[in-house]
Amino acid sequence: MPTFDNPFDPDRALTSGCSCGRHASASAHDDDLRLQLQCAAVESEEKRFEGVVASAVMRAVFPKDASRRAFLKSVGASTAVAALSQVFPLKTATEVFAQGGALEKKDLKVGFIPITCATPIIMAAPMGFYSKQGLNVEVIKTAGWAVIRDKTLNKEYDAAHMLSPMPIAITMGVGSTPVPFAVPAIENINGQAITLSVKHKDKRDPKSWKGFKFAVPFDYSMHNYLLRYYLAEHGIDPDTDVQIRAVPPPEMVANLRADNIDGFLGPDPMNQRAVYDGVGFIHMLSKEMWDGHPCCAFAASREFISAAPNSYAALLRAIIEATAFAAKAENRKQIAAAIAPANYINQPEIVLEQILTGTFADGLGNVKTDAKRLDFDPFPWESFAIWIMTQMKRWGQIKGEVDYAGIAKQVYLATDTTKLMTEAGLTPPVTTSKSFSVMGKTFDPAKPAAYLDSFAIKKAS
Amino acid sequence: MPSSLSLRAAIVSVALLLVFLIGWHIATRGTGATATMSPEYARLMGATATQGKSAMPGPLDVGAKLWEHIKSPFYDKGPNDKGLGIQLGYSIARVLLGYLLAVVFAAPLGFLIGMSPLMSKALDPFIQILKPISPLAWMPLALYTIKDSSVSAIFVIFICALWPMLINTAFGVAAVRKEWINVARTLEVGNVRRAFTVILPAAAPTILTGMRISIGIAWLVIVAAEMLVGGTGIGYFVWNEWNNLSITNVIIAILFIGLIGMILDQILARFARMVTFPE
Repeated sequence: MPTFDNPFDPDRALTSGCSCGRHASASAHDDDLRLQLQCAAVESEEKRFEGVVASAVMRAVFPKDASRRAFLKSVGASTAVAALSQVFPLKTATEVFAQGGALEKKDLKVGFIPITCATPIIMAAPMGFYSKQGLNVEVIKTAGWAVIRDKTLNKEYDAAHMLSPMPIAITMGVGSTPVPFAVPAIENINGQAITLSVKHKDKRDPKSWKGFKFAVPFDYSMHNYLLRYYLAEHGIDPDTDVQIRAVPPPEMVANLRADNIDGFLGPDPMNQRAVYDGVGFIHMLSKEMWDGHPCCAFAASREFISAAPNSYAALLRAIIEATAFAAKAENRKQIAAAIAPANYINQPEIVLEQILTGTFADGLGNVKTDAKRLDFDPFPWESFAIWIMTQMKRWGQIKGEVDYAGIAKQVYLATDTTKLMTEAGLTPPVTTSKSFSVMGKTFDPAKPAAYLDSFAIKKAS
Repeated sequence: MPSSLSLRAAIVSVALLLVFLIGWHIATRGTGATATMSPEYARLMGATATQGKSAMPGPLDVGAKLWEHIKSPFYDKGPNDKGLGIQLGYSIARVLLGYLLAVVFAAPLGFLIGMSPLMSKALDPFIQILKPISPLAWMPLALYTIKDSSVSAIFVIFICALWPMLINTAFGVAAVRKEWINVARTLEVGNVRRAFTVILPAAAPTILTGMRISIGIAWLVIVAAEMLVGGTGIGYFVWNEWNNLSITNVIIAILFIGLIGMILDQILARFARMVTFPE
């Protein structure tokens, strides 16, 4: 098997000749394999796993074998190992890998929407986090949230990037047939903004926004709930005083340019793109409303999780490690470069860099700095789900009695994530629910009904 | 005079194109540096905001990008970034598959309707209701029931290519001159032989006209269908570049969609000429 070779040997091909590449012919390979099996004790399992992981990493770093050989010849194998260990925790990765059982399915398809919220899902492909787990994951750009929902329900995708309220809506059967879905990891926290057209430069007070037309990407999105929350806090009824439309992100910028909408609460890179193109300015970051709010999620159906538990665990490990890598400020520039190409987000690198590093032009002539503008924390707090449900109910998307805690526990898999984060050497929180404050108002996940009652502007009866 | 006529027509065509290109170039010229910005701020902004470059690309931008695409039409940089040649290939393959399926379905059914007044009357209400449905309206239903996006796209092509072919075939078959059928009957030609030697050649020009209309519609629909389901194909390419707000690439895609559509139409037109006979 090629994955068990020494990948740091410059003269070894990772793929060629026989199935392992070490022999001239398949029969020579078989003979050798028989010999090896007879004295299998010599080579420890740990050593083999190390080879598997290192090969995967090397392949990810050097997709072309020729460049890998050239690199190894020029710096030497030991330097290469040292250099790689700096970037990839080879030892930890090996241990984690060793714990996983046999993968039921190695070729997986994961759908994503080309926005920065999907950063960990996307970057895990070019930066080798999936291959490190022995997975061959194709990340597939998808045309819209409804399509991602349908393709995941149709099992074309094994897992997908979704807006964090979507799996809750799908599980409850709101806007689709009810299918049990799960969120084992939150993709990103913060990272959205209210962008207004440059012609509204002087209208910074939300109270003067009556009659505005706004865009959000999807009805079941944090964008929708946050915009409604923000407007309502300033005395504007989002259902009667303004118009809120569901508009795909790229059309937000185009509509802003065409004067069709006055602003949007949208995902990045579109906020920054509107600034970059000179058509909009960033009124406020979503972080300023609720620091640490979830936005997008990594979601899979319960069926996939039970049918292929090891593949699912490996996939989740990759996502969690990618998220941990993305959470470090020093890696952000490198990530921006990795996800900018047409195969992934397909945006100018400088736009992504501004979002990820948090040093950005605001569209009003200032360069602002907020290192946490977009951040990554995979932990799927159950209280996030409960807050989302209070807002679904507040705006009439769901009616009647809601089993807040029950659904939150069922969809947001905080317990699974805790286990995997510990395995990956991270420190998960000890509880699965936490209190937080949205625009200065504290949310107690134990009392969702009281929270809902406290709002003056709402649709819920 | 005909040669000089086509020559003069060509000259007018080129002149019109030049006028269009020059007008386009002038309309999309930038205005030069717009506002004064600090260099640090300007570094973070795009050319539209800093140099007053028009948001609409000019013909020179499009030309340069076009050349890039033509130089490497078949590159493959992963599942979401393939050359224009590959994208067009996917779209054409989908169209042909759905279209051939429609031919297989529509030709015999059209014959049946054309030859049997009973079936014609019986199937008429269905055809009348199904014909005016926009092909994309089928998409959600197809996605929901077929549960496979590429098969759904092919199904949508099939369903939209079906009706013009069906109606034209039925009409062509029904409109075969009564004398010819009577002559065949007098000569005691069997039903099958009559269908193939008398009716088919007589109805072929009408059938091919239906097929020509169908391929045009199929090509129109594939772009929209691929924009909806994503994945691969020229429609996906347009959507992907739209996501990137790259109008240059969108224009190039439009150009290619037009070219391929024209080629498909011309192929069917040639077939139609081959089976047409002078009366």
